[in-house]
Amino acid sequence: MPLAATLSSVPVVIDEEKCIAHKGCTVCVDVCPLDVLAIDMLKGKAFMKYDECWYCMPCETDCPTDAVRVSIPYLLR
Amino acid sequence: MKTVEWSVDILVVGGGTAGPMAAVKAKERNPQLKVMLLEKANVKRSGAISMGMDGLNNAVVPGFATPEQYVKEITTANDGVVNQATVYAYAQHSYRTIQELDRWGVKFEKDETGDYAMRKVHHIGTYVLPMPEGHHMKKVLYRQLKQKRVEVTNRVIATRVLLDENGAAAGVMGFDCRSGDFIVIRAKAVILCCGAAGRLGLPTSGYLFGTYENPTNAGDGYAMAYHAGAELENLECYQINPLIKDYNGPSCAYVTGPFGGYTANNKGERFIECDYWSGQMMMEFYNELQSGNGPVFLKMNHLAEETIATIENILHTNERPSRGRFHEGRGTDYREKMVEMHISEIGFCSGHSASGVWVNEKGETSVKGLYAAGDMAAVPHNYMLGAFTYGWFCGENAADYIAETYPAGAKPVIDQTQIDLERARVEAPLLRTDGLPPAQVEYKLRRLVNDYLQPPKVTRKMEIGLERIQQVRADMEHMVAGNPHELMRAMEVYHIADCAEMAARASLFRKESRWGLYHYRVDYPQRNDAEWFVHCHVRKGADGEMEHLKRAVEPYIVELDDTEKSAYDRLRVKREPAIA
Ligand SMILES: Cc1cc2nc3c(=O)[nH]c(=O)nc-3n(C[C@H](O)[C@H](O)[C@H](O)COP(=O)(O)OP(=O)(O)OC[C@H]3O[C@@H](n4cnc5c(N)ncnc54)[C@H](O)[C@@H]3O)c2cc1C
Ligand code: SF4
Ligand code: SF4
Repeated sequence: MPLAATLSSVPVVIDEEKCIAHKGCTVCVDVCPLDVLAIDMLKGKAFMKYDECWYCMPCETDCPTDAVRVSIPYLLR
Repeated sequence: MKTVEWSVDILVVGGGTAGPMAAVKAKERNPQLKVMLLEKANVKRSGAISMGMDGLNNAVVPGFATPEQYVKEITTANDGVVNQATVYAYAQHSYRTIQELDRWGVKFEKDETGDYAMRKVHHIGTYVLPMPEGHHMKKVLYRQLKQKRVEVTNRVIATRVLLDENGAAAGVMGFDCRSGDFIVIRAKAVILCCGAAGRLGLPTSGYLFGTYENPTNAGDGYAMAYHAGAELENLECYQINPLIKDYNGPSCAYVTGPFGGYTANNKGERFIECDYWSGQMMMEFYNELQSGNGPVFLKMNHLAEETIATIENILHTNERPSRGRFHEGRGTDYREKMVEMHISEIGFCSGHSASGVWVNEKGETSVKGLYAAGDMAAVPHNYMLGAFTYGWFCGENAADYIAETYPAGAKPVIDQTQIDLERARVEAPLLRTDGLPPAQVEYKLRRLVNDYLQPPKVTRKMEIGLERIQQVRADMEHMVAGNPHELMRAMEVYHIADCAEMAARASLFRKESRWGLYHYRVDYPQRNDAEWFVHCHVRKGADGEMEHLKRAVEPYIVELDDTEKSAYDRLRVKREPAIA
């Protein structure tokens, strides 16, 4: 099936300096109701894998290192 | 796809609001029972109350309101078509539920003397209890689940209810959205608490997940109950809410109203008497939007600095905390500008409106062993406290039901065919290598819902809508999922399509207008009590097609006089003659 690569602005951004996924943290991935965050195994950092966000903020609120920033998705900003 | 099988006594599906309460109350009723709470997301942060709530919208607190008054208010707000027994059962238990939540650690606003600080928002009575510190609801519930030893299973999506040889509920089937395993859970009773059908219409922003409801609630509960043979009620009585434009969340007039904020037109004038959400209020809201006085705003810029700071603190930390960020981006400061409002896409939700799976005052659906609570169960305007209360009823009644129905050792007998069929249906998108992506199919389906099913409802448009929805149904058989996450989206599209079809057919069936904007049929603009003062039900007929039934409205428990009956017909502020 074809895969059309399109640039996308995602509402959730992770500060990789602060993210401690490489030490085993998965908090944001665990709490997200839409299951749209994931850990990049090579980098050991969290990232937004699917642009399906309710801008609800548990990921940001529960992150132990304050590494997550939720913005309003561009289409409704 | 590996198949995993579990067996429990009571299975609660959906761990948002009603679900955790149901599971805890079932365990309290009989601690020996194996009770599982199954959740698509993670119960720590799932459902409408993921980030807490800023108030109880329908608290019946002694000294402020009586259950009888509440029943009258809800009867009137629903144009009389209610089973009062279900509303009354809620109202009588409402205060007990508040006290229980209070004991568990939920913080409600209290005055200097320690009494609940009730506020008036409804047209007649006083039912709103603010929760400025309500952001910790899920933690409180989680603690109870652990204490009562409820088994929690996260990231499993239920897709169908399992039935035994007599047609009684006997578990559910579904899959794990991380591992992709097919899951079969056998149970003696099932309590569905899957929330609203929140992904039915497309938000005007075009963002699929920019919905009013938590978008995990795609109508799964409605579709599962339907396929299990349950009757659904009031599906033509859509949920449509007045929301912050584009942000698509509540602004919220219930919070700001008691502080002096109100819904206004472009002149800054009040045009509705009461900001309580009802079909009649939404009709006035819609009329104003369409008129030269539109758009509609929430006005707070006349309030004192101190008051605005309090409002900001509630609205920007609780429930939908990203509201503050949205306003910041738009340069909207409550002190200076009014907040632009719009009406939401359509959905089903009995928490706000009345559309849901039919239940009686015990939370039983029309299928034996199947219970439903919360937004998906048709107890009108039930909101969060109603979800908790009916979760409570369902938990206790399901425990009693299995004690009576399954004496020691007895189990439901299940035919394997339904499991094989469902496994094949669920696995299909993973096996395809070419076809349609679920997101595109979903977008098209929901765009059609907006084009054809949104009020004002026009018969010919709804008929065309149905045809187009059927074409999308055919497309759904070509959906491809590259992984279990995409499979979750694909299976949700099936639930959305079922709900869209039910919305269209139920709307076509009721040949009159009722509930203000919710069921405004242009070709039948009048309310017709002679023929349509009835409940309209939808269920799956013996031939597999949707069938419709009229059910008489049950005798009232609390009688209303004529002024009470028409109270919600006089919502427009009297100034110049109303534009209708
Ligand atoms: C933005 C917003 C603001 C609100 N404000 C207020 C307020 O101020 N006061 C008030 O009283 N009420 C308010 N309400 C209404 C109230 O929150 C709801 O009526 C109530 O929380 C509904 O509870 P529920 O258990 O039915 O649904 P939810 O709490 O949404 O729970 C449903 C759960 O089911 C899960 N689920 C869905 N499908 C499946 C499946 N197939 N398999 C497994 N799990 C599944 C979901 O992930 C979710 O966790 C608000 C609602 C919203 C959306
Ligand atoms: S919660 Fe924070 S630290 Fe943990 S994985 Fe997510 S971003 Fe990284
Ligand atoms: S804002 Fe909500 S939906 Fe978006 S990534 Fe965070 S937790 Fe998930």
